[in-house]
Amino acid sequence: MLQPVELPDEVHIGPVIDEGHSLASVSDKIGGIVLKRKTTLGWILGLLIAFGLMQLLLAAATWLFIKGVGVWGINIPIGWGFAIVNFVWWIGIGHAGTLISAILLLLNQSWRNAINRFAEAMTLFAVMCAGMFPVLHTGRPWLAYWLFPYPNTMDLWPQFRSPLLWDVFAVSTYFTISLVFWYVGLLPDLATLRDTSKKRWQQMTYGMLSMGWRSSARHWQRYEKASLLLAGLATPLVVSVHTVVSFDFAVSMIPGWHTTIFPPYFVAGAIYSGFAMVLTLMIPARKFYGLEDIITMRHLNNMAKVTLATGLIVGYGYMMELFFGYFSGDIYERFGMWNRLTGPYAVFYYCLILCNIITPQFLWSKKIRTNVLALWMISLIVNIGMWLERFVIVVLSLHRDFLPSSWGTYWPTFWDWAVLIGTIGFFLFCIFLFVRVLPMITIFELRMLLPGARVSKEPVAQ
Amino acid sequence: MSVERTEGLHPLYGLMAEFETPGELVAAARRTREAGFRKFDAYTPYPIHELDDAMDLHDNRVSLFTLIGGLCGCAGGYTLAWWVEAVALPLNIGGRPLNSMPMFIPITFELTILIGGLTAAISMLLLNGLPSPYHPVFNVERFASASRNKFFLCIESDDPKFDHGDTVSFLESLKPEEIAEVPR
Repeated sequence: MLQPVELPDEVHIGPVIDEGHSLASVSDKIGGIVLKRKTTLGWILGLLIAFGLMQLLLAAATWLFIKGVGVWGINIPIGWGFAIVNFVWWIGIGHAGTLISAILLLLNQSWRNAINRFAEAMTLFAVMCAGMFPVLHTGRPWLAYWLFPYPNTMDLWPQFRSPLLWDVFAVSTYFTISLVFWYVGLLPDLATLRDTSKKRWQQMTYGMLSMGWRSSARHWQRYEKASLLLAGLATPLVVSVHTVVSFDFAVSMIPGWHTTIFPPYFVAGAIYSGFAMVLTLMIPARKFYGLEDIITMRHLNNMAKVTLATGLIVGYGYMMELFFGYFSGDIYERFGMWNRLTGPYAVFYYCLILCNIITPQFLWSKKIRTNVLALWMISLIVNIGMWLERFVIVVLSLHRDFLPSSWGTYWPTFWDWAVLIGTIGFFLFCIFLFVRVLPMITIFELRMLLPGARVSKEPVAQ
Repeated sequence: MSVERTEGLHPLYGLMAEFETPGELVAAARRTREAGFRKFDAYTPYPIHELDDAMDLHDNRVSLFTLIGGLCGCAGGYTLAWWVEAVALPLNIGGRPLNSMPMFIPITFELTILIGGLTAAISMLLLNGLPSPYHPVFNVERFASASRNKFFLCIESDDPKFDHGDTVSFLESLKPEEIAEVPR
């Protein structure tokens, strides 16, 4: 496990870690960002902006709880507006973290070592944002515990045949396992911080958090086993989460939702948007913290390739949706697709095609994949495109279903936008805190990539 | 080579040797084991798989517990869904079977992963004796670099073969950078 994969040089662009690093230098560089680096003005400003946006979330939630879900633009027939669009968007973003930490671990991809910690943190924060939406959407979040099976005086139980309840279990399991996996991965690095910090309170804090990890070989052996098992369990989990999310739609009978392509198409879309978000966040972080020698062009190039590949799968999904709509012979399905192309929301659909299918085609060019600014712009466009995709799926299918007499339209209100922007603020706020207090790169896994780290030949003892 | 002594009358936890490279440590660990020591441990800044062989580390209990945890989650998840839908709150919807197996699979699956994953992490921590706020090895000042860039081998005084003088000379024969006493 975790042995660096040897590839001929022309396959990748540059090494996974630049030359000149040693065991001590990677520890000091990553640990130093947390322990030694002065809190910069840029960081404080960024944190304050994110904090300000987060207040918008609090205000929007407060207003929602006072007035009810009517403050949003939702009404029958469109009962699922921004809340569900944003829920699916955020949870999809989370998927890249688990893919990088679990699936690429099982596939022995050594380049994951430099980016997995950051991506997993992103997963946790994105799932937190996602989890807020269904709870807010209930309108009565103080009764959210009704979703869990517990003996009660009403003698009622949740409906285990409902995809919405599967969602509760899938998302809460996903969050728990991601958190555990992330924390287990942090233990050795927290020990490094404990051992290198000079301040008493830091030693105490990181010492507590590291649980007294002492780098013992007997511990490492069980630790590696547990990591591998967690990765093995998280791999089907990450696929299942977006599958279950897609069941929320596919199990219903609404035209445009009731298709078998939804699970794989949703999972690919999740990984697509997740990788785009990793790029969006990591490109600036790498720049501000001078990590170009650790998060190298090879990482960006690989992530761009994954983005392109999953983007193509998503593009296939769009084509198949249209084809199924036509080939079903069902007038409602056919109309649903026709409505996408020519209805009142057609502009959203064309923007979606532009963002998600046309834009990533630039990634075929190696020049663009290795151009940091271009890559960052593409990642932003893909993020927007994936949000539009969820808007198209949720709103367009609901607004004109079977009976023309029950048709309607949905336009978001100020409070819809406030919740979306507020969660983006919350997400960025968490990211800012994370890069300040925890090592954003897995130090011990980085050490394993160094040329001197491998046991080549044991010296003959006399 | 001089042995770094720590003042005071503490009982000794063991003797610790420090190495510069992983190769030297693996060779030293292999020789320590071949010399008949059993209560000893190596400390490295990252997992070294060659040590599993050299120290004969083959603890598979984490896997076993995870399997048991996963199976419990699986059985528990299905039982929960079945009991709720067929026993506690049976709803007759068009005469469909109450034990609607395919619909219970997502819950069964999620609980398998949840309990299995939690068991993997918790059993790893408990088998490793963590959290442990205090451990004698931290009394050696240079040991701080075990989580940074140095490799350590500690032979514990509990080992039946442990004898202060002999063990020191044995460790010296491994050509470490330093040898230190570890007070308890």
